[in-house]
Amino acid sequence: MIQLKLSKNILKLIGAVVLLLLPLLVTNSYFIHIFISIGLYIILSLSLNLVTGFTGQLALGHAAFYGIGAYTSALLLLRFNVSYWLALVLSAVITGIFGFLLGLPALRLKGDYLGIVTLGFGEIVRLVFVNWYSLTRGPLGLPGIPAPKIGPYIFDSRIPFYYLIFGLAAFTVFFMHRLVNSGVGMAMITVKEDEIAAESIGIYPIKYKLLAFSLGAAFAGIAGSFYASYISFISPDTFLYMDSVTILAMVVLGGLGSIPGSIIGATVLVIVPELLRFMTNYRMLLYGALMVFMMIYRPQGFWGANKRVRNSYKIGIRGVSNEKDIRG
Amino acid sequence: MKKILEVDNVSISFGGLLAVNQVSLHQNKGEILALIGPNGAGKTTLFNLLTGVYQPTSGKIIFAGEEINHYKPHERVKKGIARTFQNIRLFPTMTVLENVLIAHPDCNSETVIPAVFGRKKLAQRRRTVVEECEEILSIVGLQDKLEELATNLPYGKQRLLEIARALATKPSLLLLDEPGAGMNSVEKEELTNLIYYISREMEKDVLLIEHDMKFVMNISERIIVLDHGEKIAEGNAQEIQSNPKVIEAYLGRGNFDDEE
Repeated sequence: MIQLKLSKNILKLIGAVVLLLLPLLVTNSYFIHIFISIGLYIILSLSLNLVTGFTGQLALGHAAFYGIGAYTSALLLLRFNVSYWLALVLSAVITGIFGFLLGLPALRLKGDYLGIVTLGFGEIVRLVFVNWYSLTRGPLGLPGIPAPKIGPYIFDSRIPFYYLIFGLAAFTVFFMHRLVNSGVGMAMITVKEDEIAAESIGIYPIKYKLLAFSLGAAFAGIAGSFYASYISFISPDTFLYMDSVTILAMVVLGGLGSIPGSIIGATVLVIVPELLRFMTNYRMLLYGALMVFMMIYRPQGFWGANKRVRNSYKIGIRGVSNEKDIRG
Repeated sequence: MKKILEVDNVSISFGGLLAVNQVSLHQNKGEILALIGPNGAGKTTLFNLLTGVYQPTSGKIIFAGEEINHYKPHERVKKGIARTFQNIRLFPTMTVLENVLIAHPDCNSETVIPAVFGRKKLAQRRRTVVEECEEILSIVGLQDKLEELATNLPYGKQRLLEIARALATKPSLLLLDEPGAGMNSVEKEELTNLIYYISREMEKDVLLIEHDMKFVMNISERIIVLDHGEKIAEGNAQEIQSNPKVIEAYLGRGNFDDEE
């Protein structure tokens, strides 16, 4: 068992080194762009997974938070000339507040009804981007968003952006992993599984739903803030209902309530459309067929929650033997 | 004797149906109290009133000297009332140990920042929680099943796990809704011993609903009989068995065991 754990750690280390050296191995700028997109969607799918996969709240408007993060960051950079790093933090905070506000009416609703409310929220946010001309320039979008800077160094190629998204995605994975394996995360799972039973052991479901919505939104805001500076142009077209569905598809296809699942789901759903590019008009058709096939033959996703490490609460605690707890 | 729980003229109606009608009862400190009655008598409804799932239409519920009518279910747990369910409500995709861990107040009161970034202090706190939960699981006899998914346990063991989960909330009053349902006679005997242990050694007050008359007469110090939402009798096993109202409402229809 100890050997198994050791080899697992070595695999993780090799993976991290390969990912860190990737820009040196792959010089094609297009490939770097794909890797950056994967990182971006890993953050988005993990943030939605906290709401839908772990807390069990169906949300169909996640792109709205992505958009709020992007617009917040862009407006702070363009109008107030703040440093990128401050804009990043503030867009996470502000988007988190919007997540909390959406969570409030959502508390009374469950399942499909909640789905409709979040869908409506996503549309309202998009319409605000389109119609609040004086702030967002409507459909013209916001061009010329400045690149991040560290001291005198400006992010002038895709490579520093690759490292930035790598860091942000790694932080998201770390945060979500620690969170879902803590008392907070387990409480969220109890809310998903049985609210009445959760209340009977002293858990207040409303608190955990709001927390999931706020944290999920905050991380989507981080992704939006990154996107704004990376592409340097944003418009309402980037944050459509279609994008919410894509993120949800990543979460479901990867496996609801599973962190590796969201990572795999995001990776697959970014790469597959690119691989199918040669088919031009038929590619979305095949993409759809793949999803149907997947849901029929593997409804639990690529890496479902059933592969969750058992009794994970103990893991990460030094001095507690957890050899016997690690399975699958 | 000190009263731990008082139900004072409590009623609840759903539409036109008076499910619980002007019921008053009390539980003494250290006592095992049983609530019996035919199906639909309002026993589980009364439990739901005590735990805050329902709000009474009228009347007062007093626990440990304080009126608790306005407390939400999760707040009543913090006050020291824990329960199990008639139709088992475990968290099926969580393991046996996790089901108990999450009920522990030190586990479910964790907050985001320390839970994510905490190191030594957090580890120490969690170690204590895990140890306490393992101890509770060994009291109910599930110490070998820590890693099993709750849903994979046999029925009788799931009932025991629900009791363990309720105990992990550190209650002073434990409400058991038909703890012996679906158990065979050996399991029931073990359950009797467990309830005695919880009452005598762990010093919890136990209020239970049960249909198995032998079991009830055996274990409880006092019995309250409900019928059609009203309290019709109260007393020890002999008094209940000879009470004509009870015989009419309940036992008159057959022998003691016909409910099983």
